[in-house]
Amino acid sequence: MSEEKAPRILKINVLRFDPNDENDVPHMQTYEVEEAYGMTLFVVLNEIREHQDNSLMFDFVCRAGICGSCSMLVNGRPTLACRTLTSKLDENISLAPLPLFKLIKDLSIYSGEWMRGLNEKLETWIHDKEQEINVDKLEERMEPALADEIYELDRCVECGCCVAACGTIQMKPDFVGAVGLNKVARYHLDPRDKREDEEYYELIGDENGVFGCMSLLGCQDVCPKDLPLQSKIAYLRRMMLTTGLKS
Amino acid sequence: MKQKVIDKMPAKLDFIQSATGLVLALFMWGHMFFVSTILLGKDVMYQVTIFFEGYYFFGESYPIIVSILAGAVFFIFIAHAAVAIRKFPSNYKQYTIMKNHIHTFNHGDTKLWFWQIFTGFAMFFLGSVHLYIIMTNAADIGPYASADRIVSDWMWPLYILLLLAVELHGSIGLYRLCVKWGWFEGKDAKASRIKLRRAKYAVTIFFLTLGFLTLAAYIKIGIEHKDHAGERYQMVQSVSQGVKI
Repeated sequence: MSEEKAPRILKINVLRFDPNDENDVPHMQTYEVEEAYGMTLFVVLNEIREHQDNSLMFDFVCRAGICGSCSMLVNGRPTLACRTLTSKLDENISLAPLPLFKLIKDLSIYSGEWMRGLNEKLETWIHDKEQEINVDKLEERMEPALADEIYELDRCVECGCCVAACGTIQMKPDFVGAVGLNKVARYHLDPRDKREDEEYYELIGDENGVFGCMSLLGCQDVCPKDLPLQSKIAYLRRMMLTTGLKS
Repeated sequence: MKQKVIDKMPAKLDFIQSATGLVLALFMWGHMFFVSTILLGKDVMYQVTIFFEGYYFFGESYPIIVSILAGAVFFIFIAHAAVAIRKFPSNYKQYTIMKNHIHTFNHGDTKLWFWQIFTGFAMFFLGSVHLYIIMTNAADIGPYASADRIVSDWMWPLYILLLLAVELHGSIGLYRLCVKWGWFEGKDAKASRIKLRRAKYAVTIFFLTLGFLTLAAYIKIGIEHKDHAGERYQMVQSVSQGVKI
């Protein structure tokens, strides 16, 4: 009979800081947690808050990779805490809030403000250009394959991982990032959106848009929803180049 | 309907960056194969040299052809540098933010950015020196002339650095072009990216090996020829009616 292995003691190093506390400075705090079978970082953080330190702040809603709230840097890599199994990690785990977004406290960030600004800037809604809204009019039929393709891009949960992993945005904070480009690709695919290519060019045809992207593909490699960001950015680049070079 | 006026310049700049980069990278492949003919013997390299000087077309060598070619490459090189500099950090703060990002993120393709910037910066100087010398001394290319330049004229340290910079920059650049524009993407972009990355490493290793072997061959000839530096190579073997004389 094989002896059961003793569970590991995880050392969770959290970067803590409260920007609203004048006396606080960014510092690391270490917690020790006994690992359990199938444990995720979401479980670890709740364990810490419940039994060790109720002042530790972090975000979560769905705990199933759907809401995108628990995004953070795990050993320097942006990911969702609820989808990260501790068994895949070393005993020493470092956690930090996603950079670039407004920090609320500890691991909690205000990504919603940034995302809202992005959506307003890129006008991520259907532009049908009809003067009058006719609620009785039947929606045009769409091929299931196209609907699937649109849905695939619509799976973005705005977690901000692609933004934190983006090398371009580190140097150019006005860059729209993969999340923005993915949204533009989504509306460009949609036949209900009547915007011309020139109108899309006005939104992303510059250094803050698709031509600013340095194709480092951090976005593609960290996206928790595994969206086809590399392909869609390449597609937008080709389309915007054609539009830009057209006389 | 009112015609929309859009600023086409960002698209043009992006196109120029990719197009000049592609031309230069492919040129460097050809360049490496031509200079490495020294490994097949002095005669082969000499024949390649006079081929580019138009000997086989005009019956006489015109080094000005090489000067014009080098001038054209220099122009493309400067154009590429001018547009690619947009991707450089523009101040120390940006540089440190990016360095910190590379360090903490530990992501392969992001690390390549550093090498791309580093080698690109080095080539502003290394590439310019080399291109200017070739452009203004196009007649001094050949098994002995090139070897003398490398050894007696002290170009070997510059060529070692230039070789490293070119081969790293070129292969990373070609890989980046493929993923940037979706070339060779196929149905599975992830799988094709892994293949592209492997191809990138293979290309780098191949051209670095070929490059260093070639450089070593010129250095060997240059050392042997040091006492006669400046003398030009003459094809010693010519074939007359099937008999070597």
